[in-house]
Amino acid sequence: MNRDAIIGAIQRGLKRGSLPVDQQAMLAARTALHHRHLIPARGQLDAAGRVALFAQYVEREFGTVARLPNIAAGPEAITSYLAKQNIAPSIVVSPHPDLEQIPFRDKPMLQVRYGVATAHDAVSLQHAFAGVAETGTLVLPSAPERPVKNNLLPDTAIVVVQAKDILACYEDAFDKLRDQGAMPRNVMLVTGPSRSADIEQTLELGAHGPRRLHVLIIDGES
Amino acid sequence: MLQSSEAFVGNAAKGMADAGLQRALARAKPQFAKKRQAAVDRLPEFEALRDVAVGIKNHAIANLDYYLGVYADAVERSGGVVHWCSTAEDARAAVLKICRAAGAKTVTKGKSMVTEEIGLNDYLEANGIAPVETDLGEYILQLRREPPSHIIGPAFHLNREQWEESFREHHKALSPERVFHERRDILTEARGILRETFLAADVGITGANFLIAETGSSVIVTNEGNGDLTQTLPRVHVVVTSIEKVVPNAEDCLALLRVLARSATGQDMSVYTTFSTGGRRLGDLDGPEEYHVVLLDNGRSGMVGTQFQDMLRCIRCAACMNHCPVYGAVGGHAYGATYPGPMGSVLSPMLQGIEAAHHLPNASTFCGKCESVCPVKIPLPNLMRHWREREFERHLQPVSMRYGLGLWAWFAKRPLLYRMGTRAAAVGLGVLGRKRGFFGKLPLAGGWTAGRDFPAPEGDTFFAKYQNYMRNK
Repeated sequence: MNRDAIIGAIQRGLKRGSLPVDQQAMLAARTALHHRHLIPARGQLDAAGRVALFAQYVEREFGTVARLPNIAAGPEAITSYLAKQNIAPSIVVSPHPDLEQIPFRDKPMLQVRYGVATAHDAVSLQHAFAGVAETGTLVLPSAPERPVKNNLLPDTAIVVVQAKDILACYEDAFDKLRDQGAMPRNVMLVTGPSRSADIEQTLELGAHGPRRLHVLIIDGES
Repeated sequence: MLQSSEAFVGNAAKGMADAGLQRALARAKPQFAKKRQAAVDRLPEFEALRDVAVGIKNHAIANLDYYLGVYADAVERSGGVVHWCSTAEDARAAVLKICRAAGAKTVTKGKSMVTEEIGLNDYLEANGIAPVETDLGEYILQLRREPPSHIIGPAFHLNREQWEESFREHHKALSPERVFHERRDILTEARGILRETFLAADVGITGANFLIAETGSSVIVTNEGNGDLTQTLPRVHVVVTSIEKVVPNAEDCLALLRVLARSATGQDMSVYTTFSTGGRRLGDLDGPEEYHVVLLDNGRSGMVGTQFQDMLRCIRCAACMNHCPVYGAVGGHAYGATYPGPMGSVLSPMLQGIEAAHHLPNASTFCGKCESVCPVKIPLPNLMRHWREREFERHLQPVSMRYGLGLWAWFAKRPLLYRMGTRAAAVGLGVLGRKRGFFGKLPLAGGWTAGRDFPAPEGDTFFAKYQNYMRNK
């Protein structure tokens, strides 16, 4: 069998057979320990510093940010953003409990559909599991209430993140993921809108994913 | 596309004479280096993180058999299937089998150098399946039937007119009168065309930058989002990757990610870094139903325990080629290899055999820049030197060169004679060339004087002057 052949060839190179049981146990313990390697200073900030750095980095990477006192301010923030960008007020919203609580009835002009994005949806509203201050990164693990297509298909992605969920470094986000159980099927770390520099080394936004990324930071609890 | 490096010398000359390529190189070269340096300067811990990265990869490779086993078991536990492939042929056959079982007509592809290495596209086409590259750079190359010239900027050698020309030639359904006012129009057209392909594809093939043993996850890094669409929309996701990409856990992967994008594009983090683990879960509203990993060896296990083991640390960032004066002069196609530049000059002789690729380890001035920017500190010049030794041992150079090298070595091992000889030559040439200051022609130096003059020495050799200086101090 190929597995045995490849493992055998590696072991011949390492000039040994399978590792003894005690060494295997040591490696298993190393793996399960989730030891953190060097975390840069910018990935170790306090709560206020984290939110400020996160917002600064989202903007540096060509995203935009709005800070809202609570989720009830969402409909107004979304409609005014879309109006400013000259985008039709129609959004597909991930069926996440936090997003289902948003009082969209306040804005009857805004067309809202809960579910999975299709190629025809121009704007999505997604829920972020966490933000990472270190590089202004959103953490979007797949789940029934957080479809992956909503991160990718629409031209404009609006993402809600709670200020308390903005963590210092990637490792914090993976600890938080593990607290929730098994590794999700798909975990996207998203830093800014889609882009390509394949044509003459010149950066253009909106290659295959969203051309615009707008992040709503919710300061208080909803 | 399977390639061969035998014609390197001729191809290098062609590359240097290609005005379009030289324009592209002149545009890209300073940018790559500048962006990386800026990213490094923004992160005071960068140097320390390189050492961390070296440690992680060395640990993984020293226990590669163990971690690959753990990884494969974890993939199977999450409902995926691992296809172990010793050779490129095994890997091609494994992908075809998966595509056939899925009844696939069209497959979309995220950017993957391993699929280039095994010549997957040509093979699928020959078997009636249409592969469509979705990375913008790979897409244009597929239209033009060219191999990539760079591992992260595959089409940077093309100029805008060539993009427009190829799009007009291939996108026949669109109006021939349309105008591309700016680069963005080219991008928008590709996005529109590929969107339809994404939605119609039966199988999506991606590569992997890292594999995580503990969770059985594969990790891709892209800026366009094409890799994510490739692996999210079709019913079947196939990861084509190689054995040296495995690391123990997520923390190890995250540490490597901190040096990857900074070394590659000079971004702090690429736009999309995605961890995939198995197929669609209960209640999921999207995602592939099947998840396969085609795990390729193709000679890599043979590097373990040899002087080339360090090469297995490579995370394919392309910093070495971005800073290489030879790559910068001849471009990527000259190498005739899947992997160009310094890392390719070490890897290609392994993949193609030193007989076919013996020119590549010589395509270096040994300036050492590649090693100095490598995020995992691979001693690239040293590894190229190992290949040069093997080339010499196997008598792969022309007879005149072997004799020349042998003669030089004979003198070099006899310092007194060597110094006398060089001194005589320096003084002699100095006298002969005193009038004009240079030589337009010199016996045995035709390779030099054909393209430029040889300056006449002005006095004694360095060594003689140094000795003189030390005596009079």
